[in-house]
Amino acid sequence: MSSPLLLIEDLKKYFEIRRGFFGRKGYIRAVDGVSLTLNRGEAISIVGESGCGKTTLGKTILRLYEPTDGKIIFDGKDITHSDWKSLKWYRRETGLVQQDPFGALPPFMTIKRILEEPLIIHGIKDKREREKRVNDALERVKLTPVEDFIGKYPHMLSGGQQQRLVIARSIILEPKFIVADEPVSMLDASVRIEILKLLQELQGKYDLSIIYITHDLSTTKYFSEKIYIMYAAQIIERAETRDLLANPMHPYTRALLNVIPDPDPSNRFIIKEVPAGEPPNLMNPPAGCRFNPRCPNFMKGICDIKEPPMVEVSRNHQVKCWLYG
Amino acid sequence: MSGEHLNVKSLTMYYRTLIGEVKAVDDVSFNLSRGETVAVIGESGCGKSSLAKSIIRLLPRNVSVYKGIILFNDLNLMDLDEEDFTKKIRWTKITYVPQAALNSLNPVIKIGEQMIEPLILNQKMSKDEALERAAKTLKTVGINEDFIHHYPFELSGGMKQRIIIAMSLLTNPELMILDEPTSSLDVLTQANIMNLLKNIKRELKISMIFITHDVGLSSELADKVAVMYAGQIVEFNSAEAFYRDPKHPYSQKLMESVPTLRTDKKLDFIPGSPPSLLNPPKGCRFADRCPFAFDKCIKDPPTVNLERGFNVKCWLYGEE
Repeated sequence: MSSPLLLIEDLKKYFEIRRGFFGRKGYIRAVDGVSLTLNRGEAISIVGESGCGKTTLGKTILRLYEPTDGKIIFDGKDITHSDWKSLKWYRRETGLVQQDPFGALPPFMTIKRILEEPLIIHGIKDKREREKRVNDALERVKLTPVEDFIGKYPHMLSGGQQQRLVIARSIILEPKFIVADEPVSMLDASVRIEILKLLQELQGKYDLSIIYITHDLSTTKYFSEKIYIMYAAQIIERAETRDLLANPMHPYTRALLNVIPDPDPSNRFIIKEVPAGEPPNLMNPPAGCRFNPRCPNFMKGICDIKEPPMVEVSRNHQVKCWLYG
Repeated sequence: MSGEHLNVKSLTMYYRTLIGEVKAVDDVSFNLSRGETVAVIGESGCGKSSLAKSIIRLLPRNVSVYKGIILFNDLNLMDLDEEDFTKKIRWTKITYVPQAALNSLNPVIKIGEQMIEPLILNQKMSKDEALERAAKTLKTVGINEDFIHHYPFELSGGMKQRIIIAMSLLTNPELMILDEPTSSLDVLTQANIMNLLKNIKRELKISMIFITHDVGLSSELADKVAVMYAGQIVEFNSAEAFYRDPKHPYSQKLMESVPTLRTDKKLDFIPGSPPSLLNPPKGCRFADRCPFAFDKCIKDPPTVNLERGFNVKCWLYGEE
């Protein structure tokens, strides 16, 4: 078996904040002890609600932030604390697709210029070579005929086309993996599927690994082999996609699955059970299990005192919950 | 007497811009019985929000065409002048929750004070009376009545959305228009708000127009479904029929693009993009993306009646 492409061990990212000028220091624990592996050519999903730290996790993995603690090992090399300059090679191996395509594209640059920029930065001096790669990238994301698009500005494209362009930019250096952070949540239903299919196609054709960050469990099924569920800065359940959707173990995962509606006319007669409350403040998360104040299976004296361990309940299915260990 | 609570007939609203006339709502008809909810679904830019604003008469300043019939309790709202409409309908009988409403709360005014404005202005209540009503309404949406003395920043997104819904319940309306009421909320918060709306529907028997782009979510409330495409309603159907067996090719393709958790199905998308409302194509507006398009589709399709007053606008289902 080949070694995994990316290995994340007990990753932590804290942001220091200060209340008032002389106020006490505090930390927002945006990522608090996350471990994951990403194999070559594999797509995994990280699912969580807003504020759970999933975007920070993505950015820390890409080393846009420096981790507070833990390890990031890419292709056998430890890059946890490498400095900005010596990370240039890592930038070439990775890409990022953000949520809001229009916000991610400079409005004053033409498509050609947008796609050329990373090539220039990474020292591809031959103009003809650059042109060829720009054309290739546009063809890969199906912004064709290329001549029609190359001179346009981002605002001249539809939302779906803009997101294709962002994807083209993220793959133009032929990276080994990309982080797609809510790549479709601003798009319409039909365009969403179009973009997800495109990412899937790129994954298959070019052996690209993808970390797909989303709040929407229903799209993960069509897209990724594994799901990691994140709650309050920690991974609380991980399993293969099919297994997780059929057999959710953690009470939080169950709640998430329960509330997502499939189109069905009988939905309107059912009042759903929803855990009370809100996700905790990451400055001061509850002791023990972080879901304990909202959990329907709360056990006093256990869940509110000790942090639950990650338990392997069946093959490749782990859950961080006292119900299982 | 038609017996319908709301009956919209051939509603049309165009507005003029520098580059031409936008046909945002084009000959739209649907109806709603008392206590029912119609979900208006469609992609962004199809005219859903414009339809809502046309019903509650919050028109853009550059409106060029505004015509049709809106029968509400058998009274044609189009016959009312602006003063009557403001006094009797808008924010009294019909209320409106605009999109992204949770950002529309004024950050420096206490919640109670923001809520009571329509009661004092339109219903000439005293301030104390109005505040009391506000506190009571907060309770119905599951928020502690003390919150009338709080500021919006002290609340979470879900609570703000509850406040907005409370504001639209304040005047005991008969019809609520909800424009994407959960679009910026998290899944669990969204489920909470949907539960609240279901309870309001069940207990207060308020009719609702629920506008959303999320087909799965629409089934949480809808008794009837209106599918909008390029400014027109292409299918108007009962929830039972629509979610199991949509008729219009656009509805069918839209349904195919909805990922589901509990069933296995192949996902597909609709190639191309919707036409511009500035200059929509002649004939069927969906024709150039439609897998079933044939020679007749270059002419405007008829509105073909289905069972029980429902209809579909497509040549596949018959002649004029």
